Amino acid sequence: MHNIRAELAKQVHRPASWLLLAIAVVQTITFAYIIPYAGSGGPVSRGLDAMLPSGFVSSSIAGLPLFIGALALIFGVLVAGSEYGWETWKTVLAQRPSRLSVYGAKLVTVAVGTFVMVLALMAFSAATSAVIAGIEGRPMAWPGVLDILQGFGAGWLVSTMWGALGVLLAILLRGVALPIGLGLVWMLAIQNLLSAIAAPMLDFIAQLQKGLPGPNAGSLVAAITGPNQAPGVDALVSGGPAALVVTAYLIAFAGIGGWLLRRRDII
Amino acid sequence: MNPIETDNLTKHFGTTKAVEKVSLTVRPGEVYGFLGPNGAGKTTTLRMLLGLIRPTSGRLRVLGQEPGPGFLDRVGALIEGPAFYPYLSGRRNLRVLAGHAGVALSRVDEVLDVVDLTERADSRYSTYSLGMKQRLGLAAALLKNPRLLILDEPTNGLDPAGMADMRVTIRKLAADGCTVLLSSHLLAEVEQICDRVGVISRGSLVAETTVAELRAGGTLRVVGAPLDRARSVLTSMIGVHKVIVDGDHLDLEVTPADAARINAELVGSGVEVSELRWREPDFEQTFLQLTGGHHA
Repeated sequence: MHNIRAELAKQVHRPASWLLLAIAVVQTITFAYIIPYAGSGGPVSRGLDAMLPSGFVSSSIAGLPLFIGALALIFGVLVAGSEYGWETWKTVLAQRPSRLSVYGAKLVTVAVGTFVMVLALMAFSAATSAVIAGIEGRPMAWPGVLDILQGFGAGWLVSTMWGALGVLLAILLRGVALPIGLGLVWMLAIQNLLSAIAAPMLDFIAQLQKGLPGPNAGSLVAAITGPNQAPGVDALVSGGPAALVVTAYLIAFAGIGGWLLRRRDII
Repeated sequence: MNPIETDNLTKHFGTTKAVEKVSLTVRPGEVYGFLGPNGAGKTTTLRMLLGLIRPTSGRLRVLGQEPGPGFLDRVGALIEGPAFYPYLSGRRNLRVLAGHAGVALSRVDEVLDVVDLTERADSRYSTYSLGMKQRLGLAAALLKNPRLLILDEPTNGLDPAGMADMRVTIRKLAADGCTVLLSSHLLAEVEQICDRVGVISRGSLVAETTVAELRAGGTLRVVGAPLDRARSVLTSMIGVHKVIVDGDHLDLEVTPADAARINAELVGSGVEVSELRWREPDFEQTFLQLTGGHHA
């Protein structure tokens, strides 16, 4: 437990953690509410209903397969990779904890961080939707508790998977800059190129997509939100299998990262 | 039980032999100086002792335990310069590390006091001078109230006063029963505070001895006239191999106790002796001989 407390303390007092959270909230509110509200009534309007309280779960988690997920990946990289950048692995490990106990504490910290992030996204989305409903004079029709919990669970699972990928990349590449760069290239460029260009042309790429983390994260979120215009949210597979694949990736990323950290020298 | 024992400790990075069959012993309560030129394998050896680097072969025991759970329970270390979280204060850094170490937070204030950093403890680490960072590194090493301290170049970056303070602190810790393994490239530092010395060169331990033994082998310098007569007298007195002619003087490989007898013999033989002086050995020269001429 003391390793978890120590890791949490590092992130709670780190300005970058709160900056990432703020960006996630601002980005979600901007693109799920402010811009669509400003453009409502236009030719490509999302429709006001998506911005009302009944749709706040969808609005808050729709960005997690791609853009907000990228922030979760950066958070994961920072949690593990900064120890290489600042050469603090030696300082921490000389205090006696085993590598795996520190690593486990880092994964818990990433999970706590993504928990807080998804919670904040939902809270701010709910508040914003309530404001819009108030302005438009619409009724405050909130989704059921089960729907909220289901949306929260899916969002937490997806963001934690991206966070775990960030941790793995940080350990694999022993740093911060390259893992963030490569992680973002994968999430924001390669995934989009695969789905928008390669998959329609090559059937095996279309099939391969069904086994990749991004499309499964998008499918899981799509299963909760229904049809959605958000990038990366597409029902390639159904919700149950998508949740299993995302969980499998989370476990695989965590396992490989721990194995690498345990066997490699801390130079 | 010796606090540190290594047996043929070896580490290869690919084809590079960083450490080759190092067998060293650090005894309880001593300050052991680990001396060697840059790149000789000091830090790699220390990292192996802390379990940060896995040996290619050989064995090591730290406080009687082989690397594994709990083997660093009573070991404090500062390896290759201090490394902390720049956005946290010194105190918060130590609190985080105390959390990892599983020690009471009250210990943080104690170690800050030991290294005289209490006044600046709440400033961000990134604002610390190199000397303050080094002292915080020592504070972190002391968190577990260690029986064994492993310090890698602990006076690096300190001003002369800071170096003197650090040496006093290390000697005090040793006097309190803490064993210290100290790597340094500063010969004078090792000479001043260490009891025994291990000299490493190109990955191999080339000498393990006491500082006193490393200093042994001084010479008696004789300046007299005529020098040829002095040389002739001394050669027949102590042997040709123990008389070294160096310009206008002679260096004799004898002991300080021989000085009076030699003086009497020279004066009795008509040599005017103008100087008769015992010269301590040149520590640096000894080090260079041991390491094959590689500078520290």
